[in-house]
Amino acid sequence: MTRDAENPPILEVSGLDAFYGPAQAVFGVSFTVRPGEAVALVGRNGAGKSTTLKAIIGLIERQAAGLIFSGHDIRAMPTHAVARLGLGYVPEERRIFTDLTVAENLEVGRLPVRGGRDAWTPARLYEIFPNLAMMAGRSAGRMSGGEQQMLAIARTLMGNPDAVLLDEPSEGLSPLIVEQMAVAIQRMQQDGLAIVLSEQNVAFAAEIATRAVLLESGVVTFDGPMADLLQRDHDAG
Amino acid sequence: MSPPRNAAFTQVHPTMSLAFVLTQFLNGLAGAASLFIVASGLTIVFGVTRIVNFAHGSLYMLGAYVAVTLMAPLLDVSRSLPMFLLGLVVAALVTGLLGVAMEMLLLRRIYRSPELLQLLVTFGLVLVVQDLVIRVWGPLEILGPRAPGLKGAISVLGTPFPTYDLFVIAMGLAVFCGVWLLLFRTRFGVLVRAATQDRDMVAALGVNQARLFTGALFLGAALAGLGGALQIPRAAASPQMDIAVLTDAFVVTVIGGMGSVPGAALAALLIGQLNAFGIVVAPKSTLVLVFLLMAVVLVVRPQGLLGRPEPLALRVVMPEGFIGLAPMTARGRQVIAGVLAVLVALPLVADAYTLKVAIEVYVLALAAFALAFLIGNGGLVSFGHAAYFGIGAYGAGLAVKKLGLGMEPALVLAPLAGALAAAAFGFFIARLSGIYLAMLTLAVAQIAYAAGVQWVDVTGGDNGIVGVWPARWAANRVVYYYLTLALSAAGIAVLTCVLHAPFGYALRAARDSAVRADAIGLDVVALRRLAFVVAGAAAGLAGGLYAFSKGSIDPTLLAIPQSVDFLAMLLMGGLQHVAGALVGAAALHVLRDFVLPLTDMWRMLLGALIIGIVLVAPQGIVGGVLRWAPRFARGGPS
Repeated sequence: MTRDAENPPILEVSGLDAFYGPAQAVFGVSFTVRPGEAVALVGRNGAGKSTTLKAIIGLIERQAAGLIFSGHDIRAMPTHAVARLGLGYVPEERRIFTDLTVAENLEVGRLPVRGGRDAWTPARLYEIFPNLAMMAGRSAGRMSGGEQQMLAIARTLMGNPDAVLLDEPSEGLSPLIVEQMAVAIQRMQQDGLAIVLSEQNVAFAAEIATRAVLLESGVVTFDGPMADLLQRDHDAG
Repeated sequence: MSPPRNAAFTQVHPTMSLAFVLTQFLNGLAGAASLFIVASGLTIVFGVTRIVNFAHGSLYMLGAYVAVTLMAPLLDVSRSLPMFLLGLVVAALVTGLLGVAMEMLLLRRIYRSPELLQLLVTFGLVLVVQDLVIRVWGPLEILGPRAPGLKGAISVLGTPFPTYDLFVIAMGLAVFCGVWLLLFRTRFGVLVRAATQDRDMVAALGVNQARLFTGALFLGAALAGLGGALQIPRAAASPQMDIAVLTDAFVVTVIGGMGSVPGAALAALLIGQLNAFGIVVAPKSTLVLVFLLMAVVLVVRPQGLLGRPEPLALRVVMPEGFIGLAPMTARGRQVIAGVLAVLVALPLVADAYTLKVAIEVYVLALAAFALAFLIGNGGLVSFGHAAYFGIGAYGAGLAVKKLGLGMEPALVLAPLAGALAAAAFGFFIARLSGIYLAMLTLAVAQIAYAAGVQWVDVTGGDNGIVGVWPARWAANRVVYYYLTLALSAAGIAVLTCVLHAPFGYALRAARDSAVRADAIGLDVVALRRLAFVVAGAAAGLAGGLYAFSKGSIDPTLLAIPQSVDFLAMLLMGGLQHVAGALVGAAALHVLRDFVLPLTDMWRMLLGALIIGIVLVAPQGIVGGVLRWAPRFARGGPS
């Protein structure tokens, strides 16, 4: 794991167990992410990808041998404190505040900037997501799925995160929108953000992530370069 | 729903003249303004915390008492309107701070608890505050000063209309504008509205929920306090004002849509006018009219006029119902046989007083068991169980007094009356779920209560019905003891059989996942309606037995405190165990019998007990026993 001593991991997950009430869904999941790196959690529906992300941010019950973000042990931290350390989360269901306007949705996500980077502002976000600019005053409930997905990402960026957990950003979107999404995510990477992507769409994941973590029934069964995973799948036919 | 105190129209000839209509309209607006100020606080708190705060009425009452206390010295300084306004503001702020204390000390611990426990905790607080207020300010009403500069009346087309009521209308408008600006033009408001929709997502975006909740409680409590303080020039502060306003505020919130401030405003306007003009059409049925409006709105639009449908339950909480319900074991039968043998032998050793207590315990145990059947097995959190119990009692009482029937047919009519009421109410209730269902059970129970109080010709009003005595052969206490024991045990046995019948299983399936139960072909709504009928019949039988044991009936049997008593029994015994209701009924009733003569603070004790159980031992007595004596776990009474 000391592949790059100059660039220590920003997120270290080790031995993560996650639960829905009495039912355990994720068993001893471990992986690390470095600044600027994009890691894809891949696997079938129900393999535990979304659950892993929810557990990291603290939205469901969890236990872990270690859960370190930006040098802080976040195991006992409430969700909002983890978010304030700079870990963004974009949920699968998008969970847009449909009663609020687009601009108000962005306002909910606003957090002070840490470090020396330029703070994200609505104006900067509207450059990346021009569709949102046109509907800033509109109720977020009256947007298409793709627009809502863009808003969900933009809203998380308003918190000026150092890493983002992206849960199935391509789900249910048209190929054209998926392509726009990929461009936006690559843009975030260039900005130095670490990205953990949960994705069933392996082609989309491969476009963004260089590393893949394969989950099967809540257990990690592969962790390595994306290319190796694709090759393995190809070999298996 | 109290009729407008200003009854100017009664002084003029009540024709529908323009002046009359206009003054009634203004009366309605003044009522609406008062309602809105209180209800907006309740709806904001619910929106953010998802807790229906029963103690909101207590905060209103505290606001009134604080204002009464403050106004005298303030007006001594200068008898002027600004001093009066200062008194209002300070009373609101003090109440707001009390709300903050309540959030930080109590509510914060129960945000992740099941709804039933949340409701019970805030109701426990209602009981505690009632006794505290009596202790601090005494049991008598305290009249507040009139507002300087706002005394007297103005003329509306020749009809006098109180100046102070115009002031109340203006305050209602000001509060609406202020709250609107706060919600729609500040970051706090944006966060409150976002949290109303999805508080977990708000947390994931880095917003500290605790602070947001504290802020919401401050705002909600301050509005309640302002509402109470505004009331004192019109009505004296009294220790009973909490429940009255609470029901009003609930109705407004539920009709408007829980969590929606514009909805609360709309509903307050509707109810204000309904009260103002309803009192002309049907002077004695205003209570019933308002609750009927609520029932109609909930049936047509369960989420209220401007509310949003409740999101599918995303949170993971411990089940509120029976868990691990297994068929009776041989050991369980032995335990039950042993307990029954002791109860049958009891008259050999017990004195008359012990027998009287035992009779009451059996009756309450049957009624509580019926509620446990609804909540534990059906997941149907009923806050109005007293309705079926009371209607059973009234059914028996009226059969004897009005129809001239004997005890035996009356005891057949009692469960029928309970079942019939449950069928009628359950028809509407069963269509809802979660907190809306709980609120509708409360509302329909209040309709029954209102009928009990207002329908004097039939029910005898507050005096109730007296002289409901058992038949000659059962008049002996020991005989009535055996009769009660036999019928209660039979009722409980039948309900237990139903728990283990396919209907019981289907009901549990619907409780655990209505969607999946539906998908495997179960008619969830029909199952729930039937559950209400079964529970209503059992509670009705209990009510009938109770009527004959007491000899008299009055509307308190139908009232909210009686419903809360049943819930407290379940809580005390243990919500997750079949035997919990029985143990809880016995424990609470014996405790009450023992403690009540020793103290005039029973309500405070009961409230503290409820809060304590939820915070410290939510598994109740049976849960506690099973935990400490695991060997009972398989063989205990089930």
